[in-house]
Amino acid sequence: MNSTAEKKLDPDQINVILATDCGSTTTKAILIEKKNGEYRQTFRGEAPTTVEEPAADVTVGVVNAVTEVGELAGRKLIDENGEIIRPAQGDTGCDIYISTSSAGGGLQMMVAGVVREMSAASAKRAALGAGAIVMDTICSNDKRLPHEQIQRIRELRPDMILLAGGTDGGTQKHVVELAELIAPAKPQPRFGGTYKMPIIYAGNQEAKELVEEAFDEDVKLTTVANVRPVLEQENLAPARDAIHDLFLEHVMAHAPGYNKLISWADAPIMPTPGAVGNILQTIAERQGINALGVDIGGATTDVFSVFDGTFNRTVSANLGMSYSISNVCASATLPMILRWVHLEMDPRELQNRIKNKMIRPTTIPQTKEGLVFEQAVAREALRLAYIQHKEFATTLKGVQQQRTVGDTFSQVSSGQSIVDNMKLNLLVGSGGVLSHAPNMNQTAAMMVDAFEPEGMTVLAKDSIFMMPHLGVLAQVHPHAALQVFERDCLIYLGTCIAPRGFYRSGRTCFQYQISGNSLNETGEMVCGEMKLFPLGYDESATVIVEPRRGYDFGAGSGKRMEFEARGGTVGLILDARGRPLMVPADEQNHLAELTSWVEEMKLYPETHVMAQR
Amino acid sequence: MAKAYSPGLQIRQRVLHSSRRILPIPGDVLGKVGDQVTSQQIVAQTFMPGDVTPINIANQISVAPSEVPSCMLFSVGDEIHVGDVLARSKGIFGFFKAETKAKTAGTIESISHVTGQVILRGAPLPIQVRAYQAGTIKEVIPEQGVVIESEVTFLQGILGIGGEAYGTIQFACQDKDEPLIASLLDESMQGKIIIGGARMTGEAVKRGIEIGVAAIISGGMDDEDLKEILGYDLGVAVTGSEHIGTTLIITEGFGDIAMAERTFNLLKEREGSEAAVNGTTQIRAGVMRPEIVIPLDEKMKAAPQSETKQAASLGILETGVPVRIIREPYFGLLGEVGEMPTELRTLESGSESRVLEVVLHTGNKVIVPRANVELIEG
Repeated sequence: MNSTAEKKLDPDQINVILATDCGSTTTKAILIEKKNGEYRQTFRGEAPTTVEEPAADVTVGVVNAVTEVGELAGRKLIDENGEIIRPAQGDTGCDIYISTSSAGGGLQMMVAGVVREMSAASAKRAALGAGAIVMDTICSNDKRLPHEQIQRIRELRPDMILLAGGTDGGTQKHVVELAELIAPAKPQPRFGGTYKMPIIYAGNQEAKELVEEAFDEDVKLTTVANVRPVLEQENLAPARDAIHDLFLEHVMAHAPGYNKLISWADAPIMPTPGAVGNILQTIAERQGINALGVDIGGATTDVFSVFDGTFNRTVSANLGMSYSISNVCASATLPMILRWVHLEMDPRELQNRIKNKMIRPTTIPQTKEGLVFEQAVAREALRLAYIQHKEFATTLKGVQQQRTVGDTFSQVSSGQSIVDNMKLNLLVGSGGVLSHAPNMNQTAAMMVDAFEPEGMTVLAKDSIFMMPHLGVLAQVHPHAALQVFERDCLIYLGTCIAPRGFYRSGRTCFQYQISGNSLNETGEMVCGEMKLFPLGYDESATVIVEPRRGYDFGAGSGKRMEFEARGGTVGLILDARGRPLMVPADEQNHLAELTSWVEEMKLYPETHVMAQR
Repeated sequence: MAKAYSPGLQIRQRVLHSSRRILPIPGDVLGKVGDQVTSQQIVAQTFMPGDVTPINIANQISVAPSEVPSCMLFSVGDEIHVGDVLARSKGIFGFFKAETKAKTAGTIESISHVTGQVILRGAPLPIQVRAYQAGTIKEVIPEQGVVIESEVTFLQGILGIGGEAYGTIQFACQDKDEPLIASLLDESMQGKIIIGGARMTGEAVKRGIEIGVAAIISGGMDDEDLKEILGYDLGVAVTGSEHIGTTLIITEGFGDIAMAERTFNLLKEREGSEAAVNGTTQIRAGVMRPEIVIPLDEKMKAAPQSETKQAASLGILETGVPVRIIREPYFGLLGEVGEMPTELRTLESGSESRVLEVVLHTGNKVIVPRANVELIEG
C-alpha cells in the first residue's frame, strides 16, 4: 500500500486544505479554508502539466499551480526547497494536501474475459469504474485468432491487465486458456524496463492456482474476488480497489515525478475519474435521484450515471477537447460539427485549426468564431461519449429474465441500457469547455444539445471544475467535501423541459402554462422551437404541458404532465426540437433554425473586442 | 504576475545534448564509456521473444486435456520443425492412433494439462538500436543501452510523421515564406534531409517519397494533404511508427505558415552537414517532439559560444523573450513579450483570461491570452 494511506488526520485540526488535479493538459489547484466554522473554496490557480520534457516532473506543474493560488490568496504555500508547507501557521502553509491525477494519459488498461458480453463486460465495468481507459478487450469469442490477440497485447503496452472469467465453481478451462495467451505475450508496460506488468486475476476462484501456474515471474500477479461470482451478480469492488492500489504502487510511481507527489500527498492519489464518480454518487444518494455527470477533458470524456441506485462510469478515450480534438472530428465528421455552427466558416481552415489545437493543446479561443467552433466540437464529443455510455450501462447480460404473460409481445432482451433520459433528474456538466464557458447559457445549451434530456431535467455545472478535488477530499474529510460541494461547487443552471417524439416541420408540439412568483406564461410550442424564460436561482415554477399525440413528457403519448421546475442562472428552457434531436436537412432552413436557437438562448452576446494596438 | 511558466520548442545553435538509446527488453550493449560513435552505428542489440502459436493438441488428437502431456512427443524447450509430429494419441488397444504435425517451426514453451494447449514460440526477432546522435558514449546502462553525448545544433519541430532518418541537409526553398512544391525536388536529393520554407504540399511529399529523400522539413502542411498521405485522419498526435517512405517534420503548424526565421537561418547555417532526424511525436503522453540533431564539426566546436537567453531556456515567459503566437486570429506571428498585465482581461470570445502583449516584428502590438503563445527557446 501507499505510505500516504497510513497517515492519520484529525478532521477537527484541518482548517486549510490544498488540493490539486494533475490533468493531461493542465494542473489545477484550489484552496479550501474554514471560515466562521464553514469550509469554503476560496482561491484557484492553474498551470500546464509538466510530465513532458524539459521538466519531466509532475510536481513542477503542481508547484506552479500552487504558487499561483498562493499569490492570489496572499498565503505562502511553497517553501524555499519548492515543497508544500504544512501545517498551516498564520498566513503560511496548509493543513493537508491531496491530489488526483490523469496526467500522462491516465491509467490505460486491457481487460480479458471468457465471454465478451459476460465476464469480459464485468471486467470492463470494473476497470472503467476504477477510472481506467480500456484500450482493448480480449475474450474467447472476439473473433480474433490467438496469435492476433497476443500481438495486440504486445502492441498496446497497457499499464495493467485485468483477467476474469467463469463463475466460482464453474468451468476453469477457458479462463486458464486466456491466462496462457497473456503469459507468452510478455507484455511490456509503458514505463521503464524494470517495471513488471501488474495482472489482476478476478475470475473463477477455483482456477486461481492454475492461473498462477500460467504466469512466470515476469509479471506481478494479484488475485482478488471474482467480478462475477454467479451469473446474476457482479462484485466489482475488490477488482476496483486492486486497480487503485496497483495504479498507485506501480503505474504512478513510474511516471516522472510521481514518487515525489505521492510522498507529498496526505491521502492516496486517485485517478481523476474515480474521484468525480465518488462525488456524483454522493449527490444521487443524498437526494434520492437519478443523476448523470460528465467531465469533458483534454484527452478523454468521462460519463457517470446513477440510475435507480446503480452507478456506471465510462471513460471515452480519445474524445476530448485538446489532445483528442482531432479524433472527435474524425469520429463525428466535420458536417456533424458544422450543424452546430451558425457563422460562416471555411472548412479547410477549420480542419487545420483542429489539428493546430491537437498539437498545441493548451490554447484557448480568443475570438467569438473560435469559441463557437470549439463549443460545436464539444457537443459532438459529449454526444459520442454519451452514446458509448448508454451502450455500456446495461443490465447484466447472460441473465435470463423472468417473463410474464404481459411480456408476451415485448421484444426486450437482457442487457438493456439502464440509462433513460426520461427518468433523468439531474444533469451535471464538468470540465474546461463546460465549466469555463464565458456564458452559462452556453453550458446549458451544450448539455441539452448533446444529451437530449427528456421530460423535466435540472441542469447544473461544476463551477470551476473542482469535482475531482472534492471526490478525493470526500475520502479524508467528507464533511468538508460536502459543505464545499453544496456551497461553492454546484451551480444550478435551471431546468429543461422537452418531450420525446419526432420533429415534424410546422406542427404544434405542445402547449404550456407556467405559474410562479415572478413568471406566469402560457403559450404553444411549434416543432423546432426553443424558448428561454427567466427563473431565478432560488425560484421555482409550476409548468403544465399538454403535448400533441406523438409527443411524450413521461406520462405517455399526448398525455398532460405537471412539473415543478427549479430556477437557476440560465432559467427555464422549453425545447420542442424533438427527441431524437433532428436539425433540418436543407442548409437554409437549418441555418435559420440554428440562428433562432442561438438568439433565443442568448448564447453569444456581443463583448468588447480587443483590437490590435 | 510578471512571469509565467510556458513550455516551448527548443531551437539551439549549440548545445550539449545527450540521447538515451535503450533497448525495449534487456540485451547486449556494444560499446563502452568514452567510445566515439557515428550516428548509424549499432550500440545495443537483443532478441525479442518470437511470435507465439498456440496449438490445441487436445482437440486435434481428440484426447482429454489432462492426457496431452503424456501424448506429447516433445518436451518443453524442444525445437520443432515444420512437419514434425508433435503428439500422438494412445488409440484404442494400440490402434486408431491420431497424431498432429507442426505447421510452424519454433520451440515448445508450455504444455498445459488444463486446456490441452501447447504454446510454440517462433525464432527470436532481432532488435538493434543505432547511436542516432554521433558523439561519445557517456554512460552505459547494463543490458539496456547507452547515453551518447555531444555538442549539437538542436531543433524541435511541432509534429512529425515517421521515425528516425539520417542524411545531409539540403535546401529546396530559398526563403522561409516559399512553399515547398513538387517541382523544387529532383533526383539529386535522394537520401537527403530536405528543407522547405512554408507549407509543404501533398504533391511535394509524394515527389519526395518517389525520389527517396530521407526526410522533409518545412513550416507547415495542410491537414487534407496529411490525410491523403497517411490514408487516414490522424486522431491523436502520437506518431512515429508510420511507414510512408520518408520522415516528415513540420516546425510551425498546420496551414499556410512560414518557417520561423530563426529556425530557417539556423538550418541554413548547417546546410551540407550530416544530421539525424526523428519524426516521433507524443504530445498526449507528454514526452516527445520531433527533432533535428546536427552534430557540430571541429571548426564549430573551436568557435566561441554565442550568448543565449537563460530565461527562455528555463521556460519562463517574461518581457523581452521571443514568442510565437499559436492561435487565431494571429496564428503563426512572431514577436517579443511586451507588457504582462496581472489582472484578467475579457477576450472577444467573452472569456476572461490572463493576457500579455506581443510586440510583433512589424512593430505592431497585439494582446493575446498567455495560453496562446509559445516560447522560442534557446
